[in-house]
Formats: sequence, structure tokens, C-alpha cells
Amino acid sequence: MSTTDGPTLIPDAKAEQDAITRESNRTTRGGFFAPLADRWNRLSRPQQWVFLLIVVAIAYALPVLNPPLITSEPGNDWPITCLQMAIFALVAVGLNVVVGYAGLLDLGYVAFFAVGSYTAAMFTSPDSPYLHIPYLWTLPVAMAVAMFFGVLLGVPTLRLRGDYLAIVTLGFGEIVRILATIIPAMKGQVGFQNVGHPPGTAADGHPIFSNSNGTPWYWLTITVLIVILLLAGNLERSRVGRAWVAIREDEDAAEIMGVPTFKYKVWAFAIGAGIGGLSGALSAGATGFINNQKFDVQTSILFLAAVVLGGSGNKVGAILGGAVVAYLPLRFTAIADYKYLIFGVVLVVLMIFRAKGLLPARQRLLAYGKVTYARVAARSRAEPPSTAGTKIEGTAQ
Amino acid sequence: MLSTLLLQVPMDDSWISFDIPSLMQNFWSATFDGLTFGAIYGLVALGYTLVYGVLNLINFAHSEVFIIGCYGVVFTLTSLGFGPNVPTLGPLAIIGDLLLALIVGMIASAVTALALERVAYRPLRKRNAPRLAFLITAIGASFAIQYGIFLVRGASPEPAVTMFQPTPIFDVFGTIVDSQQIIIVIAAIILMVATDQFIRRSRTGRGIRAVAQDPDTATLMGVDRERIIMTTFVIGGLLAGAGALFYVMKVPSGVFYAGGFVLGIKAFAAAVLGGIGNVRGALLGGLLLGLIGNYGQILLGNSQWTDVVAFVVLVLVLLLKPTGILGTSMGRARA
Amino acid sequence: MSISPEAGADLTSHGPTELAELDIAPEVAEGAAPEREISVGVGDNIMEVKNLTVKFGGLVALDDVSFNIKRGEILGLIGPNGAGKTTCFNAMTGVYKPTSGQVLLEGESLGGRQQHKITRLGLARTFQNIRLFGEMTALENVVVGLDARHGTSVLGALFRVPRHRREERTAIERGMALLEFVGIAENAAVLSRNLSYGHQRRLEIARALATDPKVLCLDEPAAGFNPAEKEELMTLIRAIRSDGYTVLLIEHDMKLVMGVTDRIVVLEFGKKLADGLPAEIRNDPRVVAAYLGEPEDDAA
Repeated sequence: MSTTDGPTLIPDAKAEQDAITRESNRTTRGGFFAPLADRWNRLSRPQQWVFLLIVVAIAYALPVLNPPLITSEPGNDWPITCLQMAIFALVAVGLNVVVGYAGLLDLGYVAFFAVGSYTAAMFTSPDSPYLHIPYLWTLPVAMAVAMFFGVLLGVPTLRLRGDYLAIVTLGFGEIVRILATIIPAMKGQVGFQNVGHPPGTAADGHPIFSNSNGTPWYWLTITVLIVILLLAGNLERSRVGRAWVAIREDEDAAEIMGVPTFKYKVWAFAIGAGIGGLSGALSAGATGFINNQKFDVQTSILFLAAVVLGGSGNKVGAILGGAVVAYLPLRFTAIADYKYLIFGVVLVVLMIFRAKGLLPARQRLLAYGKVTYARVAARSRAEPPSTAGTKIEGTAQ
Repeated sequence: MLSTLLLQVPMDDSWISFDIPSLMQNFWSATFDGLTFGAIYGLVALGYTLVYGVLNLINFAHSEVFIIGCYGVVFTLTSLGFGPNVPTLGPLAIIGDLLLALIVGMIASAVTALALERVAYRPLRKRNAPRLAFLITAIGASFAIQYGIFLVRGASPEPAVTMFQPTPIFDVFGTIVDSQQIIIVIAAIILMVATDQFIRRSRTGRGIRAVAQDPDTATLMGVDRERIIMTTFVIGGLLAGAGALFYVMKVPSGVFYAGGFVLGIKAFAAAVLGGIGNVRGALLGGLLLGLIGNYGQILLGNSQWTDVVAFVVLVLVLLLKPTGILGTSMGRARA
Repeated sequence: MSISPEAGADLTSHGPTELAELDIAPEVAEGAAPEREISVGVGDNIMEVKNLTVKFGGLVALDDVSFNIKRGEILGLIGPNGAGKTTCFNAMTGVYKPTSGQVLLEGESLGGRQQHKITRLGLARTFQNIRLFGEMTALENVVVGLDARHGTSVLGALFRVPRHRREERTAIERGMALLEFVGIAENAAVLSRNLSYGHQRRLEIARALATDPKVLCLDEPAAGFNPAEKEELMTLIRAIRSDGYTVLLIEHDMKLVMGVTDRIVVLEFGKKLADGLPAEIRNDPRVVAAYLGEPEDDAA
């Protein structure tokens, strides 16, 4: 997923292979698709790139392909289903920053989604008396506004223990919905019609981005998703990602090792909120209509289920989890009524049986880590270490 | 909160207004009503506080423990012939029936709480799971129970159950205090004082305090930690069940699948306000939050504001004094 | 607070000990601390603990303790169980807020500073009960420590500015050098929770060194070690000092303390009992009395 290459020191393929095998042997954990992840890690860089390109191509072609069996039709329009999956995936990637990387439990993520939706609607819908701007501009604006709210909520609560954050965010999710109901400017159940869309008209004179055709919106969303993924990857393989994981693993130790934990927690929260706002703006544009009925706590929990199901801490897992959580109820309409029950149970079961979700989390936290590990492997192959390293030697305590 | 967005807004329909005359006029009725609600919050808050004290865990599913108690109460009373109209029974018969409903509600809640503990939390404790896992489990369980109820009972509230006709008892500054308010407040206070005494004086209470203070040492000293945890969940459940009866009494048509959720957040806010982990704090926090919520609601002129006010109180407390009014202590001072 | 008159005059100072004999490859030391001027001479006070008092409720855990750490020395802080070693250590490193008294690092007071700022001022520590970041590799753990000296902002990392790339490259170089230094480089790619106990202890030291401290505090680094491992640890601690770091060693194991420290401060019942050279401490009747009944060696 990286756009980077390490320093010029490229070791021979065999050494790299060894390093990767070695590493993946040690890091393998539960997870339904763990063997897949292993196999992926064993591929060489060019192979990975080719594979990725194929996956991306398939992803873009998905709404047009409309594959039998997989398709959600006749129950639900297939391109719209794809769009829903993409939006959920984007949300899950954002929430994954908060929950998966930094280990902060945000139970009101839908609130940021709502903030983004309302921002987009209030700046574009003809129902809104305020300043109007082109739709595409609302994407960064929605992100910024959501980030602002993230900071507003994060600063008082992130100094406290994690549990408080959970309950405060849970409450905040509910409050945004209530405020949308009782603040006249937010138009309650009437909501905003005709939320804006990106420019462009098709040959037949209709706009390309219409509310009935999910395909262009889907393409826009996954393009945004890919950009966000690359940026999130950059953060992951930097001091920021390391700080987050250190906080998740042992917050006190992280602070003592010089990590300004509060600052990085606020950043995690704000970045998560920003991505939530972005997906909200996309969703509002695609649907063309928003009101106060769409942003309930249940949706927040679905988002959380997406992250946990996909493999908390793993971006690819989050995409998969988001897509699955959106897809299943749309494909199997019979279970649609049960979806909240099902995903609630899924959360409990996953936690109890310690499954790591579909894809096990293993962050790569160094920008040039792969090359370095390969060098280490090459060296230890040349001169095997005298002390066997990894077995826990029974040490008297 | 959305002022940034709304600064540029033509404020012809102002979204917030303070109706002070109305508050002045209704001050005493708001006070008595607030205390009544506050007593109910306090009973539910105790469940959060006790579990938090012992396990350091916010039991998100406690709101579902409460709502199941409500269903227990409603089903009992309905099968005893209670309905939307005032029952035509004699006072003794009513008291008997209400006691029966109370017991059923308490048992229903306690069983739910215990089942949660055994099924959801214990396996995590056994393998020393990280905190995040506990919280996710708690919210997942809460959610699953909520939608379990939804599937069985649907979205609409249970038919209202009227227990008795509230009769005026005395009046304060021209505002009538009725029997219902008095029963709820006094009964809740009795229950809370009993809980407090139980935790202070009984052997089990000592065990609870010991585990709250230092689980490892308590275990070394021969306290059966698992049993204490179970007991704590059961006590929390019993109190939530009692709260359920009073809730149904006060809000006859408030029993539906998600009814526990908002009340749960308010009860939690009450627990934090009083000092989470502190038994007396739960009562104090509950009463205060009831008052604040009611005043806010009348001042702002919409019942939905109660929830917003409760939430703002929670955030403010966390911001200004995270340990709450009475401090977070169950045994003694804990950081 | 004014500097107390006796702060400068410490009677127990002495010259540097055998530093040259240590067999540390120069390039390793170079890699571990490329930008540090290596000053191994024992000199002025780098850290001063002044009248430190810590009370928990009514209990006085630490009573008016004062001592100094000199640049380039290995100072041992010892005492029987419950003497207040760990309390003293925690108060010095900012985990506890002292009731009164002061801790100065190169003249700067550490009181009231946030933990991570204390680390950046140049005080690093290890943990008695190992606290590594379990889901990170050994190298990543060390790089977290190195990040304390990095200046990349969140936006810089997001867009991979040149500074970020440069810092990432040097971080890996230095991280590997540090792992090499403590002797676990071949396990750089191993998740730290999968490392052996001894290697975890070494990784803790590497991670603390990575923050480029002026004073490195080791909290019972030999806990759970067998004699051979203790011997290796002593070599490592000496190597750290010869690399220009000042070391504060809290230890239970007398043999290790006597073998490696330049000077020893003894605590008992929260008070300073003695302060002197290892030989003096060994023969001090008060110290002997304090340890009477205590086994000479931790029953490891």
C-alpha cells in the first residue's frame, strides 16, 4: 500500500524473503484470513503492486460488473449497495485510527458523521438560508468542522481514563441527534433536500452525479478512500503511528518514554473525527437528503462492529469489516431486521473468543522497516546468533 | 454547541431561549418532580457505581438490566389486571400487587445482571483481557439485549400501566406534593441507605470494599473475589429492578426496547456527578441531576433538553472535578 | 528555592575508574550516540535531590532526603525492603509529586513538569516490572524512545516531508545501533512480547537510552537474573557509562551494586542513612546493621 521505497540498500530477494517469513511466523495471530495475510507478506514488492492494481481495478469495476450471487439485486440497487459499502469502509478506516491505533473507544462516531452531513447540507442545499459553496468544497470544510468538534469533545475527556471517553462519546452521539431535532436551524425531521453534488453533466443532459445512480458516487468515494488510506499509512509508519500504538499498549510507559500522550490522543480523535465528517459529507451528497433520523446510536455501534470485525488496528481489515457490515443486511434482506442484534452479538463473541477479526492487526510502524528487517535477517543468516533468541527462557523470579 | 456554524445565521428563529418567568412559576413543581426523577436515577446510578467500584468497568449494559426490570414490572402488573385506567382495587390489594411487581422486577434485573457477568465479563477477566475488550463487550451486550427485546416486543412502548391515583398529600408554596412523589423519593432513599449500610457494615459489604480498594490484597486475605463480583452485580440488578417499578409508576408508557438507554446515560452522569464508586454520591448525584434536568427543561422549554442538560453536566463535571462531588471512594480514598 | 550551602561540597567525589579496559567497539558507541560529546570524567553535579519528602496521607515514605548525582558516575541507590528506594525513584522521575523538596537536573527543577517533558530534559528510566510495548517489534520500541528527540509534526508525517524521511532513516540506524549495543540486534524484528525475559530487560535499557538521556535510571535491572546474566548486565552498565551517560542504579542485589557503582546512597526508613564509596558503605556499621538479617543476595 506504500508509495515509498526505502533507502537504496535493497538486499537480495532471498534475504528479504527470509526476513519476512521470519517476521510473519512470529507475528501470526488468530483471524480468519491470517494465512492470507501471511501469503501477502511473502510476496515481493512488485508482486504486491501488481496484485494491488488488480484489486483496485476490480474495486472500481464492481458496480458495473454486478456479479451474480454477490449482487444485492433484486432487493437493493447494486451500485447503491456498493456505495454504502464504500462509505462504511471509509468510516471504518477513520474509526480504526481512534479505536484500532490509539485504543480509544469512541461510541459516538456517528456524531461526526452527522456533523459532516449537516455541514455539506447546510452549505449546499437550497433549503438552507446560509452561505452556499460548491459541493466539492464542502468535503474539506466538513472535515475541518468535524475535527473541530473532535477537539472540543476530546480535550475535556482525553485527560481522563478511557472509560469516560466511551460514555461521553456515547452521550455526544445522542446529543447531536437531539440538537438536530430541537434546533430550528437544523430543520429536525423536515431536513434538507437536494444536497449539492459535484459538477458535470452526462451526454444526455442529466448531471453525472445524481441521487439515483450510485456508480459515480461510488467512484468518488473509493477515490477518497484510497487517498485517505495512503495518508493513514503515512501516519502509521511515522512517529505518530508509533505514539498511538505505544499509547494503546501502555499509556504511562509511553508518556515516560517522552511521548506527549495527551497531544497524540487528541490528534487521533481529531483525525478520526475528520474522516467521519468527510464520509458524512459524501453520504449526504449521495443521498441528496438528510434529516435527524439517520444518526442514531445504533449506527455508531455498527461502525464499531465494522472495525472490530475487520480486525481492530488493521486498515485493510477495517475496509473489509465496513464493507461486510454494510453489505450483509443489503444482500440478505431477510436478516436486515436482525442486523443490530447480530452485530451486537458479534462484538461480544469476538471479544470473548479473542478472535482478532477477519484480518489480524499488525501495524508497520517504521517507514523503512522492511528493508531493515531484511538486513537483520541477512546478517543473522550469515552468522547465526549464539543465544537462541525468542524462546522464553525459564527465568527464576 | 453549534454556535460556530450558526454565527452567520439570521437568528429569526432563535434556537435557544431562556424562559425565566416559566421557571419561577413552576419552580416548586419542577423541584418535586426533579427529585422524583432524581431518586430513580440514583437507584440506577448505584448499579454503575458498585460495578465500577469493584471492577473499574462501566457496565454499559446496566441500562438493559434496568429496562428488563421494567418489562418484569409491566408484565406482572398487566397479568394482575392493571391497565391504563386507575385500578378499582382496595389499597391493601394494590400494595400487595405492587410489592409482587417490585419483587419480579428486582429478580428480572438481578438475573440479567448476573447472566451478563457470567457470560460476557467473566471470560474476559479470566484471560486478563485489555480494558478496551471489556468496554466493547459491554456495549455489544447492551446492544444485543436491546435488539433482542426489539425483536420480541417491537418498537412501540408497552401499553401504559397505572398503579394508583396519586393523591395530594400536602402543599408547599402553593404546589401540591402527591403521594406518588413521596412514595418514590422515600422508598428510593430507604433502599439507598440500606445499600450504604449493607456495604459499610455487613461481611459481604466489607468484602466489596476490600475488592474495590485492592483486589489482589483482598484475594490474598481470603476474600472470594468472584463471589464478591457476582454479589455486586446482583445488588446493582436488584436496585435497578426497584428503580424500574418507580420508573413505570412515574412514566407509565415509557417502557420500550430503547427506554433504558437514555436513562442509563443520565444515571451514569449522576454517578459521575456524585463521584463514581461512591455509594452516597450516587444518591446525591441522582437527586441533583434530576433537579438540574428539570429546571433546564422548563427554562429551555422543551422536554428533550433534559438529556442535553444531563450530558452537559457530565462533561462539565469531568472537566472541572472528575472525581465528582463526594469523591470516588468506595472503601477509602483511591486515586 | 535557594541552593542549599552544602549542595556543592560533596566529600565522596572521586576520579574516574577504569574506563579504558571496556571492550566496546568504538563504532557501536559512535552509532548509539553519534551527536553526543563523550565526556566520561566524573565532575560536577548533574542531578541534585534536595530535601525530598513524600507523604502518603499520614505516612512519611521519604523524609528529607538529599543527595547528588555527578556527571559520568554510576550511583547506586540501595536500602532494605521498604526503605523508600522506589518512592524516591518515582518522586525523582516525576511519577509522584513530592510533598516538599526539589529535584534538579542540570539546574532545572523537574517539579510540576509533565512526564514526557522530564524525559526530554534528559531523564530516562526503565521499569522494574518490564513495561515494553508488547505489540511492537524490538526496533519499533527503541524508535519510540528515539522519537522523543524528533521534530516532525503530524502534518509533516502525513505528507512525508524531507525532515520526516531523514528522521526515519537515522532513527532506524540509531535504533539498530542501540540494539547492537545492548546485544539483541538479531531480534530487531521480533515482537517485544515474544522476546526472552533477559532480552526484554535489555530492550528496556535500549529504549531508555534512545531518549538520549543525561541521566539513565535503572530500576532493579537485575531482577530475576542468574549470576551469569548479572555479570553481563554489569558489563553493559559499565559500557553505558563509558559511552558518556550518567547512571542511577536502584538495586537490591548487593553484589551487583558493589561491583558496578562508583558511589552508593543508602536509604532506610525513608531517610538517607549513608552516602559514600562502595568500600566505605560495605564497612559502615550502620549499613551493616540495617541489612542485618537481610540476605546478601536477592534470592533469585
